[in-house]
Amino acid sequence: MPPLDHRIGVDVGGTNTDAVVLDRDDTLVAKAKVPTSPEVADGIGRAIGVALGESGIDRSRVTHLMLGTTHATNAVLERRNLQRVAVIRIGSPATHAVRPLFGWPADLRQAVSVGEAIVGGGIELDGRELAPFDHDGVARFLARVGERAEGVAIASVFAPVLPDHELMAEEVVRKELGDVPVSLSHRVGSIGLLERENATVLNAALGRVARDVIAALERSLSAHGLNPVTYFAQNDGTLMALDYALQYPVFTIGSGPANSIRGAAFLAGVDDALVVDVGGTSTDVGVVANGFPRESSQGVEIGGIRTNFRMPDLITLALGGGTVVAAGPDGRVQVGPQSVGYRLQEEALVFGGRTPTLTDAAVAGGRVRLGSKPLPENRRRVLTEALQRVDFMLADAVDRIKTSKGDRPLIAVGGGSVLIPEQIPGVSAITRPHDFDVANAIGAAIASVSGQVDRIFHLGAGGREAALREACEDATERAVAAGAELDTVSVVEMEEVPLAYLTTQAVRIRVKAAGSLGGL
Amino acid sequence: MRLSLDASTLPALALGCSVFGTGGGGDPAIGLLMALQAVEDFGPVPLMGLDELPAEGLLMPCGMIGAPTVHIEKFENGEEGRRLRDEVERLWGRPVVALMCAELGGSNGLLPIAWSARMGLPLVDADGMGRAFPEVPQVTMHLAGISPSPGVMTDERGNLIVFRPLDGRWMERLARAAAVELGGSAASAEYCLTVAEAAGATVQGSLSRAIEVGRAVREAEHDPVEALVGAVGAFRLIEGKVSDVERRTTRGFVRGSVVIEGLAGDTGRLLRLEIQNENLIALEAGRMLASVPDLISVVDSETADAIATERVRYGQRVTVVAFPCDPIWRSPSGLEMVGPRAFGYDIDYVPVEELADATA
Repeated sequence: MPPLDHRIGVDVGGTNTDAVVLDRDDTLVAKAKVPTSPEVADGIGRAIGVALGESGIDRSRVTHLMLGTTHATNAVLERRNLQRVAVIRIGSPATHAVRPLFGWPADLRQAVSVGEAIVGGGIELDGRELAPFDHDGVARFLARVGERAEGVAIASVFAPVLPDHELMAEEVVRKELGDVPVSLSHRVGSIGLLERENATVLNAALGRVARDVIAALERSLSAHGLNPVTYFAQNDGTLMALDYALQYPVFTIGSGPANSIRGAAFLAGVDDALVVDVGGTSTDVGVVANGFPRESSQGVEIGGIRTNFRMPDLITLALGGGTVVAAGPDGRVQVGPQSVGYRLQEEALVFGGRTPTLTDAAVAGGRVRLGSKPLPENRRRVLTEALQRVDFMLADAVDRIKTSKGDRPLIAVGGGSVLIPEQIPGVSAITRPHDFDVANAIGAAIASVSGQVDRIFHLGAGGREAALREACEDATERAVAAGAELDTVSVVEMEEVPLAYLTTQAVRIRVKAAGSLGGL
Repeated sequence: MRLSLDASTLPALALGCSVFGTGGGGDPAIGLLMALQAVEDFGPVPLMGLDELPAEGLLMPCGMIGAPTVHIEKFENGEEGRRLRDEVERLWGRPVVALMCAELGGSNGLLPIAWSARMGLPLVDADGMGRAFPEVPQVTMHLAGISPSPGVMTDERGNLIVFRPLDGRWMERLARAAAVELGGSAASAEYCLTVAEAAGATVQGSLSRAIEVGRAVREAEHDPVEALVGAVGAFRLIEGKVSDVERRTTRGFVRGSVVIEGLAGDTGRLLRLEIQNENLIALEAGRMLASVPDLISVVDSETADAIATERVRYGQRVTVVAFPCDPIWRSPSGLEMVGPRAFGYDIDYVPVEELADATA
């Protein structure tokens, strides 16, 4: 791996694709913002080109590239470019009461599945066998559907406790189908069979999307004369190596908010704060704790499917620089949810347009000086009222997201963050870092690499201590496998939840370890 | 038939179950999926009133026993209900005319529907709690003197256990231990009774009421919490924000407390909830506002979704509502079984409506 010199961070958002160039000391050398193109890779290539041009550095000095992209999310939402997957659940005779993919939107299921089977096997909570693994059942199923399968998803009952049956099934797939990509649930998700299985199937379906984006990225890099080591941003605000991203594309879903929270913390130079990211159409209010985004306690839905992925805990408001302000028939001021989006420069009053927006409100309130046209006097009341509404909504969201009593510092980022007032109740100080408009791309560039463990441990002779130690070791191992330098890895998050309604001692432990990229 | 349990009524029932679950009983989502798949495959299940069934017909109360965390990983085959039914019929020497939910809360208010659909049996519009409780004998059948024996337990593999316990306490101990041996979660039926006996020994109309509540919340146009309060006849104890959560687990039970700080019209108030798997007692400045066996639910102030005790966390905007339990629980023997003292609190039970009157 080359020693670190310059690196490029890229973040693909719904409206813009941002790129930044950072030097060895994490100083921003150049930044670029281009509209996100329908062919996402084109926008990435252009953003990199603009940032590079601006930086003026020699191309050979770009040693690393970190990419946060919406490819995988879009593919699922649009049912586009998805691979056909053979779905194998190991758990019979249990779990027939809800079959694989039951409750999926019909079109997504049709786009993804070549067939599903529930075969004998699985593990009990305490690691015993639920039933013997049914080799022949897997082979028979593959003989029936294998020809049409471009990927295989395997989920076994209690695989997070013991993955043996998933590994045995993978061997059968190798024997029957050769080197077709296989996704194993214990590497994708945590306790909760259906959610973990769903995420594993999505992961298998996203194989081609991952290969395509990597190929397009490599083409574009070589067109720019670049040859960096490439990493992908994940939903928890950390990075994974390219070969890992090829195997686990599903982890790239939701990396945007995580990048922005990490980038904001980095720019402000703090590890614990509230983060408000105001874009053109929406505002995300989140929390950075110990340098990482605080995660939600519940799994998220992706394209109408329940998964057990933990995304950053966010409150999203329909507030942005382009949000439309209107006076209702009863004279009451309405704020959003419509937005003029990327047409702000044509539509907003201060730019000579005809639509009152929150950018106009910010100008009316003296929060920013912008545009070329004075605001008509007869609009001022409505705009001032709209701004009061914004302040109220922000204060409420800030109060909701806080983890404890007492005032907390707040970091304001995003192109629309001029909307944020000088003071918010419950906030000790507001930091508006330089380069707030590319916080997300910076977040991708400075991210570390993590590994996570979330499974059930039985408290044996070693008790709680031994279980925690084992979990920490496993998480560290996973971080290293994902590309982290062993010496730099430390445990950044630990949570234990004892199991209720049981007479035996079992505890669910979740540990995340993170470290610097190898070669940095 | 009072209602048809199908894809149009089951989501409302699931919502109702989470409200009546008073924070416990596990996640209804898995139970809902099982019931939906079964009615899709085998057709809807009729929900019948006791008056629509033959007086001497046998009812089988049933559900899952064990850890909800196990149940979201290793869930049912679907045939457990038939195995329980076949064994109960063999032991009693007569047919089961309908299944019954042992408890109305979490997935246990839905799982029996998945079994009923497979057998083409109706489900009776009644249950043994009218809410969720943690232990096997905490059922209305126990109060009415119905025996838990013979109790039957099975797993997804086909293991079948018949219990002939001396009483409900023994049934709890034996069943809990057996469930652990079967992997932490098992299917069971106990306290079987006739339709005539059930008239005074169950909480009647509880499923249709849960559906009604679920519908009211789902169809509310403006204020789902208001719709919930209206549908269930609840008292709003406080609207506020969770400002402190303390949880610990001892001998299989999650115990702890939650503090809710008043907002809007309740600014300046502090409410403390005592929790043991379910929400048990609501206190304000040392004064009791509601206590078990009356129902206390913590719901999202915007959506009225009930929040399970293990999911309550700092900062959530919640409304705490309380409403009267079935009168059956307010008898001396009922309170001995599930009143505040049964859970280790040195407090006398006072009905929630009297407490509300005293406050007003």
